Amino acid sequence: MFISKLSRLGAQAFKGLSKAPLTIRPKRSFFPIVQKDYLEPASCKLFSTTAIGNSQEKEESQKISVTFFDKDGEQEIKVPVGMSMLEAAHENDIELEGACEGSLACSTCHVIVMDVEQYNKLEDPTDEENDMLDLAFGLTETSRLGCQVIAKPELDGLRLALPAATRNFAVDGYKPKPH
Amino acid sequence: MGVFRAMIARTFSAATSRSLRVCVVGSGPAGFYTAEKMLKAHEEAEVDIIDRLPTPFGLVRSGVAPDHPETKIVINQFSRVAHNERCSFFGNVSLGSSVSLSELRQIYHVVVLAYGAESDRVLGIPGEDLSGVHSAREFVWWYNGHPDLSQLAPDLKNTDTAIVLGQGNVALDVARILLRPPAELATTDIASHALAALKESSIRKVYLVGRRGPVQAACTAKELREILAIKDLYVNIKQDDLQITSADEEEMKNSRIRRRVYDLLSKASSSSQTHPSSGQPELHFTFFRKPDKFLESSDKSGHVAGVKFEKTTLKGSGNQIAAGTGQYEDLKCGLVLKSIGYKSIPVDGLPFDHSKGVVPNIRGRVVSSSDVGQPVDGLYVCGWLKRGPTGIIATNLYDAEETVTSISEDIKKKDLTSEFASGREGLLQLLENRKIKVVTFNDWEKIDSEEKRLGSLMGKPREKLTNWKDLLAK
Repeated sequence: MFISKLSRLGAQAFKGLSKAPLTIRPKRSFFPIVQKDYLEPASCKLFSTTAIGNSQEKEESQKISVTFFDKDGEQEIKVPVGMSMLEAAHENDIELEGACEGSLACSTCHVIVMDVEQYNKLEDPTDEENDMLDLAFGLTETSRLGCQVIAKPELDGLRLALPAATRNFAVDGYKPKPH
Repeated sequence: MGVFRAMIARTFSAATSRSLRVCVVGSGPAGFYTAEKMLKAHEEAEVDIIDRLPTPFGLVRSGVAPDHPETKIVINQFSRVAHNERCSFFGNVSLGSSVSLSELRQIYHVVVLAYGAESDRVLGIPGEDLSGVHSAREFVWWYNGHPDLSQLAPDLKNTDTAIVLGQGNVALDVARILLRPPAELATTDIASHALAALKESSIRKVYLVGRRGPVQAACTAKELREILAIKDLYVNIKQDDLQITSADEEEMKNSRIRRRVYDLLSKASSSSQTHPSSGQPELHFTFFRKPDKFLESSDKSGHVAGVKFEKTTLKGSGNQIAAGTGQYEDLKCGLVLKSIGYKSIPVDGLPFDHSKGVVPNIRGRVVSSSDVGQPVDGLYVCGWLKRGPTGIIATNLYDAEETVTSISEDIKKKDLTSEFASGREGLLQLLENRKIKVVTFNDWEKIDSEEKRLGSLMGKPREKLTNWKDLLAK
């Protein structure tokens, strides 16, 4: 059932492509490289480097290809192994919100993994991530928080969709009563 | 005034006659997300954000609990918006007393009201004005150092029991602040006057009371998990209350949040100790109780001594409602915090739906109440004032998207900039004539630095300035 959901999503994402050429995001951006000048939450993985041993040193300079899809089109970027999707998006001027800057205190960096096999390669979300996903808009069965998806070689070719802006504001998924 | 002259010099060079002049009233998440999206969608727009407080950020500063610093990180993003050269923040400017709505509508092409909900729903039951009965909003503003509530002085020493009415996240916040060891709060940005009071507090038992059952509890998993994890806390959830009906199952089937909250409550109930040990702090989740009246203490001192509840049962399906059973039960306490919802405050000249407590609107376009359904030109609404006081910070992201889309559509149909609006210069001139001291974002940053400096002396991220005089002195 969710395959059709995904293909519907893919169709939505590609709708924009037929109207305009692939957009190169303008350099000027409202989402510059995020700064953590506040507190240092222990759960923050925004600037994680790989903690794996020396034998995998060469993987640290390895990059994987990740493509972001939103209602205006798609953009492929190269992401170094160990970097989160949120950080990668911001470094490439992709408009992924990150209100809490990767500290698992919001759901604004919600991304949808477009391929089930890729979703299954990710480690299960922790309780903390699931708590935040509870509140994400347009939640699907392959939704994750972008700050918790960390690039690794097996994810090369990862395709992530930004949820379409919805008109549904209810936290728990119920439609709001009409005004 | 120096500020004004500097602003004039700057704006005459930046603004052109084609500028779209926008005023956003309210600098919380709704206001800032709206400003951010307006600036992005319209390269010719100039956005001024006004707030009646000298400090920006609305409930991010005055509502988010002190022990939730990560939730406040969004302030960084909002600050970047304020630093945009086409954006200004003007604090200490109150809609209604500093400037009227009709004046703003003359000065700006577009006005977006995002001033939230600064009042409370009332129960309307006897004893509601006994001392010791407060709204959760007042209590939260008090411990967060809001300058309007710094003198609240809630009495935390006359009793060992507090009753919180409501089981949403705000209810959990106030319960948690009452039950957490003060030493843990001492390293947060909690207001000093609140920390001092909590250190002397004799409150050891907190009841979180809901009219309906665990499946309907409005809190979310993160907050529930957090309060259940308080060290050495005795948690009481009656097994009987956890029985669910098919209507409950239906509700949980449609909502991942409800399901996970119910699971957490069930687990907590089955794993908790049978009795509290002496002196152990206690948290009681009390379900199916509707407050009937507040009971006055026997010495008739005008102070609350308890709450009379009517037992309820759930009726209907979908959104089940609590129906009274005619059976009553009293719970003793010395403090009551009502966490039953916020309410917006109407303003002169603004259409208002008093039953829903929101400004009538269609996708953010304010509609006239007399000429029903007709949008009012150039007037928009965003945030709690638009959709009611529910949702999280991120909810405003989508809300602002909708309002800004409406504005953009309207601008396409009618070029507002062909009419002159004095915008920033006009507002500042008017405020100067009225001798109102405007607090700019630069002034806020001085307050911010001072708070951080004072905080560093005490091992806190900041020590908030909590009275108007100090805030306006910067």
